[in-house]
Amino acid sequence: MEELNALFGGFAVVMTPYNIMLMVIGILLGVIIGVLPGLGGANGVAILLPLTFSMPPTSAIIMLSCLYWGALFGGAITSILFNIPGEPWSVATTFDGHPMAQNGKADEALTIAFTSSFIGALFAVIVITFLAPLVAKFALKFGPAEFFAVQFLTFASFIGMGTGSPFKTIMAMCLGFALAAVGLDTITGQLRMTFDFIVLLKGFGFLVAVIGLFGIGEMLASMEEGLEFKGAQAKLRLDAVLRTWKTLPRYWATYLRSCLVGVWMGITPGGATPASFMSYGLARRFSKSPETFGKGNPEGIVGPETAAHAAGTAALLPMLTLGIPGSPTAAVLLGGLLIWGLQPGPLLFVEKPDFVWGLIASMYLGNLVGLIVVLTCVPAFAAILRVPFSIVAPVIMVVCAVGAYTVNNSMFDVWLMIIFGVMGYVFSKLKYPLAPLVLALVLGDTAESAFRQAMLSSQGSVSIFWANPLVTSIMGLGLVMLFWPAISWLLARFRRHRTPVPV
Amino acid sequence: MSMFTSVIAPSTKYARKARLALSASSAALLAITLLPSVAVAQAWEPVKPVEFLIPAGAGGGADQMARFIQGVITKNKLMKQPMVVVNKSGGAGAEAFLDIKVSNRDPHKLVITLSNLFTTPLGTNIPFNWKEITPISMLALDQFILWVNAESEIKTPAEFIAAVKAGDDRKIKMGGTGSKQEDQIITVAIERLAAPKKITYIPYRGGGEVAVQLVGKHVDSTVNNPIEAVSQWRGNALRALCIFDSKRSTYTSKVTATMAWSDIPTCKEAGMNVEYQMLRGVFAAPGITPAQAAYYVDLFKRVSETADWKEFMEQGAFNQTQMSGDAFKAWLTAAEKTHYDLMKEAGFLAPGK
Repeated sequence: MEELNALFGGFAVVMTPYNIMLMVIGILLGVIIGVLPGLGGANGVAILLPLTFSMPPTSAIIMLSCLYWGALFGGAITSILFNIPGEPWSVATTFDGHPMAQNGKADEALTIAFTSSFIGALFAVIVITFLAPLVAKFALKFGPAEFFAVQFLTFASFIGMGTGSPFKTIMAMCLGFALAAVGLDTITGQLRMTFDFIVLLKGFGFLVAVIGLFGIGEMLASMEEGLEFKGAQAKLRLDAVLRTWKTLPRYWATYLRSCLVGVWMGITPGGATPASFMSYGLARRFSKSPETFGKGNPEGIVGPETAAHAAGTAALLPMLTLGIPGSPTAAVLLGGLLIWGLQPGPLLFVEKPDFVWGLIASMYLGNLVGLIVVLTCVPAFAAILRVPFSIVAPVIMVVCAVGAYTVNNSMFDVWLMIIFGVMGYVFSKLKYPLAPLVLALVLGDTAESAFRQAMLSSQGSVSIFWANPLVTSIMGLGLVMLFWPAISWLLARFRRHRTPVPV
Repeated sequence: MSMFTSVIAPSTKYARKARLALSASSAALLAITLLPSVAVAQAWEPVKPVEFLIPAGAGGGADQMARFIQGVITKNKLMKQPMVVVNKSGGAGAEAFLDIKVSNRDPHKLVITLSNLFTTPLGTNIPFNWKEITPISMLALDQFILWVNAESEIKTPAEFIAAVKAGDDRKIKMGGTGSKQEDQIITVAIERLAAPKKITYIPYRGGGEVAVQLVGKHVDSTVNNPIEAVSQWRGNALRALCIFDSKRSTYTSKVTATMAWSDIPTCKEAGMNVEYQMLRGVFAAPGITPAQAAYYVDLFKRVSETADWKEFMEQGAFNQTQMSGDAFKAWLTAAEKTHYDLMKEAGFLAPGK
């Protein structure tokens, strides 16, 4: 009850015309930032940060966090329409979102994505409202071994996903790990695989690779197939939102699972990207028709979008209560807090209740405003696909190139993007799956550091991975996921042997 | 006291900031009118946006400081052209240093530095030395403090060394930021006092993460910067054992319920003879003219005169030593030697150095 009172106090803080205006501005900017690949939520917040120093801290964080929500919403748009993930956590959305758009169901796919994002965020905010102190303590239990266990679980729940050859999956994953290893090794402080090329110092940027592999690769494939978008013939139906909403309740189990995965990964802080991959993997594993995934199954959008938004929202909790950012964007916001004279940490809730509850209230309102804004634009977004390919394709190419350049302000990244684009095209021709490569590229580095930190702290003994109930259960879950195909096969055999006895 | 008043009454804080900012800018105006000859003879001003490179990732100490400076400059209108902050963290900051090194005579590019100005070239054989770029000013020195969990049995630096000596080899775990950089250099220096026993050093990515790992007892100690650990300290989750400076901090207002920064003993007086501070400074591209360098020296001087800056310094318990010109170069030369010696002893130098 105490929390409810505080929350309503927060709403009173937020509900001023000035703050509501900032909220809408933030959402709109965020959607634009989310749509442009490369710019990203963290960069957007960082660019706007200095402008907010003259604002009251509460208004400033409302605007910046709304920008963050907007970016989370916006990331889905280009993923679904053009197969270009604007943000790392939108990669998993492309797997089924883009095929849906190609089948002429772009409007439905967008509605599902936005609604799922909203539900994920709402769930996370409710958790933050009522369980903040409790949940914050849970995050403290995560040391290197636990982090590695979480990464392992992500890989395990994703492995065996491809319908193609498992050897091709393994090859793609190994290539991803190799690319992730280029640059500085954080554990030894030495450069690896840079071969004295200065441009390789920073390693292969995930976003650059993804823009190339997915975006450029897709463009090349479309060109080969006859210079037009599949799905362009889709009729524009204005009732898409309501019609789609009617179908959503049947995915309640996926929603619940994805919300939990997302909140957990946001708090620990694993981040939105692993959350979206893990949730996609789980949605497929528990589906009755896993073979339809990757061909436009709505559940393949529900899973990653719900989890990514839940994680993105929950990531603000460890930032406020512990001062550790759960995501790159949260890291920049954290810097903002310090500059506004606020100290994130255990005392923030006590010393600055106005600020904290104002922020939490703005999460409810901001996400609602965001949902309304993006849903009203669904027909407009879907209509983009009706623009002739010869006009849109060059625009997309330019936007991709600008995006790749923006990540590090480096021209080399633009060349890299083109190389990755050709690689993406070759991969799809040879039927190598891209998803494992991308997963390994984004998580390989963190998984490796977590493993080696754990090894350092246990002085080389692997027993650290079953040293306490928490890490044991996550590792156990991971192993079950890894061997699930074998386990289900054994179970099926076992049943077959048992049941047909009475003849 | 100012920290606490500002926490309790934000509105008065803003009013005071505004007043001080006003008086600072009018003082600057006065200075310009008093020295017309100098200003006319050497006046140079940026004619396009100034790029401010950060050799570290978003959210870290250098990043916070650079973005804070950007905010102060914008808010107080200290520069006509905008300042654009760019993170170039690749190769432990080498990316940023190499970028500015090749921007010969470009007066619109600056870089903020941390200890990786010395440690990255020494540890990785990257073709860079601070002498190849133009030193502008030292903004402050960042402190390091030896922290343990508040529930730890270790209460003094001497007890810390005793615990390393008494336990099994490598039993005590030290968490820190990065590898073969400042945190690990300090760890090796402490380790030598407990020879032949070793400390296990575990590198993490960011300082905030390190502080939380200590709160969660995944490591036994850290040498976090004050600003990275202050919130956990105030929340009674951490204990500060000593500060690695030659003198105690000058900030006397209470930070926790019972302690101010100045109440933390120096490591030397508490029986751990280790000293280390980290440069927070600004450099420009090679080959810029003296007038251009003078403009930036003056710009950062005006930044450091703002009330916002002073508050920021106190929050992070910075040592407010500032330098420019030859004094700064002399300091840099000495600091490079110190890093070389420390890294040589620790065996962190890249082959051939």
